Parts: sequence; C-alpha cells; structure tokens
Amino acid sequence: MDAFVTHTGTAAPLRRSNVDTDQIIPAEYLKRITRHGFEDGLFKAWRNDPEFVLNQADYAGASVLVAGPDFGTGSSREHAVWALQDYGFMAVISSRFADIFRGNSGKAGLLTALVDQETVEQLWLMIEADPTTLVTVDLESQTVAAGDLVAPFDVDPYVRWRLLQGLDDIGITLQSESDISTFEASRPAFAPTTLT
Amino acid sequence: MGTTLAEKVWEAHVVRRADGEPDLLYIDLHLVHEVTSPQAFDALRDAGRPVRRPDLTLATEDHNVPTVDVDKPIADPVSAAQVEALRLNCAEFGVPIYSLGSIDQGIVHVVGPQLGLTQPGMTVVCGDSHTSTHGAFGALAFGIGTSEVEHVLATQTLPLKPFKTMAITVDGPLPAGVTAKDLILAVIARIGTGGGQGYVLEYRGEGVRNLSMEGRMTLCNMSIEAGARAGMVAPDDITFDYVEGRTHAPHGAEWDAAVAYWRTLRTDDDATFDAEVVIKASELSPFVTWGTNPGQGVPLSAVVPSPDDAADEVERVSIERALEYMGLTPGTPMRDVAIDTVFLGSCTNGRIEDLRVAADILRGQQVAENVRMLVVPGSARVRLQAESEGLDRVFLGAGAEWRGAGCSMCLGMNPDKLTPGERSASTSNRNFEGRQGPGGRTHLVSPQVAAATAVLGHLGSPSDLPTNVS
Ligand code: SF4
Repeated sequence: MDAFVTHTGTAAPLRRSNVDTDQIIPAEYLKRITRHGFEDGLFKAWRNDPEFVLNQADYAGASVLVAGPDFGTGSSREHAVWALQDYGFMAVISSRFADIFRGNSGKAGLLTALVDQETVEQLWLMIEADPTTLVTVDLESQTVAAGDLVAPFDVDPYVRWRLLQGLDDIGITLQSESDISTFEASRPAFAPTTLT
Repeated sequence: MGTTLAEKVWEAHVVRRADGEPDLLYIDLHLVHEVTSPQAFDALRDAGRPVRRPDLTLATEDHNVPTVDVDKPIADPVSAAQVEALRLNCAEFGVPIYSLGSIDQGIVHVVGPQLGLTQPGMTVVCGDSHTSTHGAFGALAFGIGTSEVEHVLATQTLPLKPFKTMAITVDGPLPAGVTAKDLILAVIARIGTGGGQGYVLEYRGEGVRNLSMEGRMTLCNMSIEAGARAGMVAPDDITFDYVEGRTHAPHGAEWDAAVAYWRTLRTDDDATFDAEVVIKASELSPFVTWGTNPGQGVPLSAVVPSPDDAADEVERVSIERALEYMGLTPGTPMRDVAIDTVFLGSCTNGRIEDLRVAADILRGQQVAENVRMLVVPGSARVRLQAESEGLDRVFLGAGAEWRGAGCSMCLGMNPDKLTPGERSASTSNRNFEGRQGPGGRTHLVSPQVAAATAVLGHLGSPSDLPTNVS
C-alpha cells in the first residue's frame, strides 16, 4: 500500500446526504472478480444525468470528493472504496461517514476526512464558485485547506499512522503470530469447526 | 462494575491488547460467499499466504445464484464466473463449500444457524453487512469488507476498536399481529438509519425474550439498517433448544460445558450501556416503509408523510426525493398503495416460520390478478422442510411462484428483478433506490403483511382480508 502523507487536487461537490454504497456502486458491479477497473460503475445511476456533478467538465480530474452527511451507508461492499479510488479520488470529505465504509477506506488507503458540516458547506461554496480551487488534505497536520479556509479533520489515530506508513494490515497482525497460536490453544473444546 | 453481553464476548476473544492500538480479536467462524471473496483470495494468492483455519471457514453460494433451473449451468456469464471463482478458490485453499445443488446451500445467514455453526458467545464475521443476524444467538457477529475477509482468511483475527453499547429494551409483550419485523422497522424509524452508528445493540425486555430464534434473527438482521455494527440477544433456553442436536452443535459432556458457559453470557445487572432506548410494545402495530431508506417507515394504518413534517432542511429534501422516486403523494393512506410484486424471502424473512405464517394467510386465498408473488426460501433445507409440510402447494395454489434458495430479489443480482417503476412489498431489509432492480420501488414489510398484500393487491394486513369461507 502506498503511503498517504498529503494530497492536493481539485474537488467535486456532491450535494447529497445519505449516499449509500448501492449508489456509489450498484450491485451488478459486484459480480466482477478483479480488484481494479470499477471507475465506470461509480455513481452509475446518477451518471446517466448530464447535470450530475461528475458529468460536468468543470469537475473532470477532481481527486477530492466533498459529500453530504452519512456518506457510505448501507451494504459493506468494499467495491465502493475501490470505485472511488479507481475513478481517481484520493480523499472523501464529509461530516459523517458510515462505520463500515470508513473502515474499508482506511484499509484500502482512501482517506475519509471527517469535518463539521459548516466546513463542508464552505468547501461546496468555494468549489462551486471556482472549480479550479485546489483543496489540500494533509494527514500529517490533520487539516483540510482551500483558499483562506483551513479546517481540522478527524481521523482514527491508528488509521492515520498506517496511512502515513503505508503499512499492510496482515503484515502487522502476523507480527503477533505467537499470540494467535497461544490463544488458539486455549479455545474451548466445544467450539465448532466447519469440517464434517 | 458489571459488563454487558457484548463486552463479555469481546473480552473472551482478545488475542492481543496494546495501548493506543486496536484489540486483536479472534474470529470463531468466518462465513464466505461468492461476491465479497474473490479479490480476497486473489490477494492471498499474490502474497503467497495460506488460509490459516479452513476448518473455521465456510463458503456458500447465495447472492447471485438463480432460483429457477438450478440444475442447469448459470446463464449469466458474470454470475457464473463469480460462482466458479469461489469453487476454485475453496478447492485451492481447502475451504469447505456448499454449492448450488447441495442440500446445505442457501443464504449464508440462514445456513450458519441452521447447521448449528452459529452458537452463543462466538465471534462471527462475513463479508456481508447482515452478518448481524447471528447476534440472535448471543454471538458478536458483524459484517466486514473484502480486505478484512482477506485478513481473517490469513490470520483468523481482526484488529478492532471496541464498539459502544446500546440497550434497546422492548417493554411488555408484542401485541397480536405484531412481528419481529414490525418491531425492528419501528426501532429504525425511531432512532434513524444513523442512530446505531458505532454501537452494538442489545435487544432486551419481554417483547424480545418471547421471540422465537427466527424472530430474534429477523430483529438482529436489520440492526445494520439502524447503522449499528451488530445486534445481540442474550442466549437463553429458547436459544439452547434451537442449537441442540444440529449438525455442528456440541454433544455429550461438551454440550453441558457449553451450556454452562453460555448461561454466563448476559449483561450484569449493574452494567451500564452507553445509550438506552425503551420501546413500549403496546404502542406497536404492523409497520411498513414508504421511502428509500429503512428508517422511512410508518405504521400501516398511517398515511404517506409530507415534506412539511420534516424536522430540518436535510430531512425535507430527503423526504421530497424519496416521494418522487417512490411515486407517492403525501397524505395517501398506506393501505391505498397498490403493489405489483410481492417478494417473500431473504435472510431477514426467508426462514421456515416466515413461510409458515405466509402460507397460513394464503391458504384458500388467491394472489390478486395483477400481482406476481415470488416465494424464495432462505436455504435448500428450508425449501425441503416447507415442501414436506405442503407449503409449496399452498403458495402454488394461491398463484405464487415457488423458487429455489438464494438472495434473489432482495438485491436483484440474479434475474429476479423489479422493472423501472414496478412497486414491491418485500420482506427483505433494504428499500434503497434500485435495490431490487433499477427504478424499482420497494416497501419493506413483514411476511404477514406481504401475504395479505398479495391477496389484496394493495398494502394491507391479514385483518383486512375478507374471512375465508371455505
Ligand atoms: S438475502 Fe439480501 S440482505 Fe441477505 S445476504 Fe442475501 S442479499 Fe444480503
């Protein structure tokens, strides 16, 4: 996994709340068995609408998504994170994220920056007034910056550390191999196995 | 100070704890299906890692398997590729699998409990958010993403930050005609789709204790729709009776040891929850959704709400949008909403008790002229059980379709889909835009309401049916 320290890019304003993972990527894309190439399914239903923000030339190349509250609710599909990343998003800014989506993002290296709703509103106004506005999401200082605006964001400290180091989850856990074996030896005899 | 049920199960599974780091938790049972696993197996292969405990892992095919012609090759090439990949991955990594055609195939959350693999006090994970279903046994069970699936396959553990705990206490017995489904829809409407976020919910009180295991599974199943990671019910004799004698249940001395331990799995009297919600059972009635998230529900006796009822601007917009998508006018009685399709099935309400109550209502009745009704058992065994009780003949006699086991129209990945604008009454758990097919409109209901609606052609409860004089 690549380390994430800071990112600067243009941003797309997604003025919707409760964007569930079915909207981020519909179920039909879940049938794929590859790990990449999900960008064509991102916000599939909305992309049929020429007015949809990602269809506007102004926001082509945006790498930061500024979304309404409760982003990523619903199904646990990690494809939602992959679709955002495959499309080119490095970070999503919102005032509320669904837990599973947020967990999935941290593991895949997509930064979910939690800010207050006022910051979201300010960012929306700035980007809509000038789509070339550069937004910086700095993980080191935990701030979002655009124009005159500098606002702190919240991120789980452990996720932050991992993103900064670019550390793979399994590798970290396997450093505790002996603890796992010790635990396994102490499991009760009645615990079931799936073999018959 | 005492601890809650969720905390007890958590503590019993901590492999490693260090300051400032998530706890490393041991996973007792990892359920796998074809949709969220291929990339995880791919990544294992890339890294040259084995599956640590294939004997604590179980795969089944459910999300996009067809429910008709199940003996023929899967027609949709993409579905076929996913199912094929799962079979190959399981063979390569030594993971047991119940494939289409096996008597133990079915929806992953129906199969685990049915085999007796889901037991009190366990940690259960699956790459599927409705893993919360297994919490009905007093297990700590939650959905995970594909990276976490890979992590559990490789290590049988997960690094996790503790959840907060919330008590949902249902005071008093549920009134007649009110089901676990009505209860959970009312809970979600009350606390909202984000109300449980960060919490493990523990359902308690008389209204919960009286529920059968299947009712408890319905309840815990939809915890995720309130935003919670998991839902739990403390195990009791109803739980033990359900588990006893199943294929993977302990027996002999091990059974006694297990039950002795399971009896300790309850929230201590002096334990405190981080949040508490009390529901008065006497105020509950059959509940249905009108909107595009499971929190947008009202009693069946109510009317379609108006954007003017909204507490704030965000909610007003959300109501407006939902009404537009659903093609509904504020003030319309819910009972006047005409339905095109009725779906009885899913991991929420696709178990034998659900099929029994629906069949009881349909016996001697006919599905309304313009309505199609799909009955999709949650597993192959549920299907066989239903057939041995003659339920298939009741459904077919009433004009419903009787299908093979799978997720089917719950998510519209297989050919069972709604067409644009088509309206369903569905016993599943999600009414998101397009969930049951692009443009489809979903009303979430209990099996009782689903069956009555099929006969009436509009939303209704069994009490609305003309008495059957046969
Ligand atoms: S029945 Fe529906 S909710 Fe349940 S596992 Fe299948 S798709 Fe998911």
